[in-house]
Amino acid sequence: MSEELVFKFNVDGKDFTSAGQASVQIKKNLRQLGIPTEIIRRVSIAMYEGEINMVIHAGGGNAEVKVMEDYIEIVLKDSGPGIENIDKAMQEGYSTAPDPIRSLGFGAGMGLPNMKRYSDYMNVESTVGVGTTITMRVNIQG
Amino acid sequence: MKISTMQELLDAKVICCEENVGRHVYSACGCDLMSDVLAYVKDQAVLLTGLVNPQVIRTAEMMDMICIVFVRSKVPTPEMIELAKEAGIVIMLTDKRLYEACGILYANGLVGNKVKK
Repeated sequence: MSEELVFKFNVDGKDFTSAGQASVQIKKNLRQLGIPTEIIRRVSIAMYEGEINMVIHAGGGNAEVKVMEDYIEIVLKDSGPGIENIDKAMQEGYSTAPDPIRSLGFGAGMGLPNMKRYSDYMNVESTVGVGTTITMRVNIQG
Repeated sequence: MKISTMQELLDAKVICCEENVGRHVYSACGCDLMSDVLAYVKDQAVLLTGLVNPQVIRTAEMMDMICIVFVRSKVPTPEMIELAKEAGIVIMLTDKRLYEACGILYANGLVGNKVKK
């Protein structure tokens, strides 16, 4: 039977330097659970990019990580401006991030593509003016 | 390549997690764009960069990297050093430029993605 374990985080949108704290924490939690290293890396990178996105574009939000028997699910929810064109946003190199973010090593239009790259399933739901919810799953193998 | 060997080759100064300089690394990545590090790097152990902000440490941590080399005499902030200590990541500083630092390590056997002992 499936045993569900849920970790919840509030992602502070005010401070770019603190972005990534939830991902660091989830990495520790998954390590304690004995999840394989490669799976942990994929989950934490996908979530880290998501966290950075929430801070850059949406003023923060909420992250929830569910550890299921066969997969790990990450749900990132924000009440930001929403994504106007999801297909465009998924293209590598397409970015609407402001210049100050680019000077910090992000905002090069790699966030969403990286999230897709590292997850086995990804769904983006977004309404302009309402917010964005991203669901990602990483399968646990072996 | 041992981290301590890298230190010698780059004439670098280790500023944290010195206890880990005996560890071996098998590949490296030279990059200032963290999203690229997250996208293309696989099983890399060393990040060489001229970018200085806490997200550099977090990126390395996410990638399970064990050493960061700051090039062009860049100096990380105390906050960054604290983050690196928590993650056990060796930080070293060199006055060499990114291209030169990467070239030296590559020429001495630390090549891209291949596992090489």
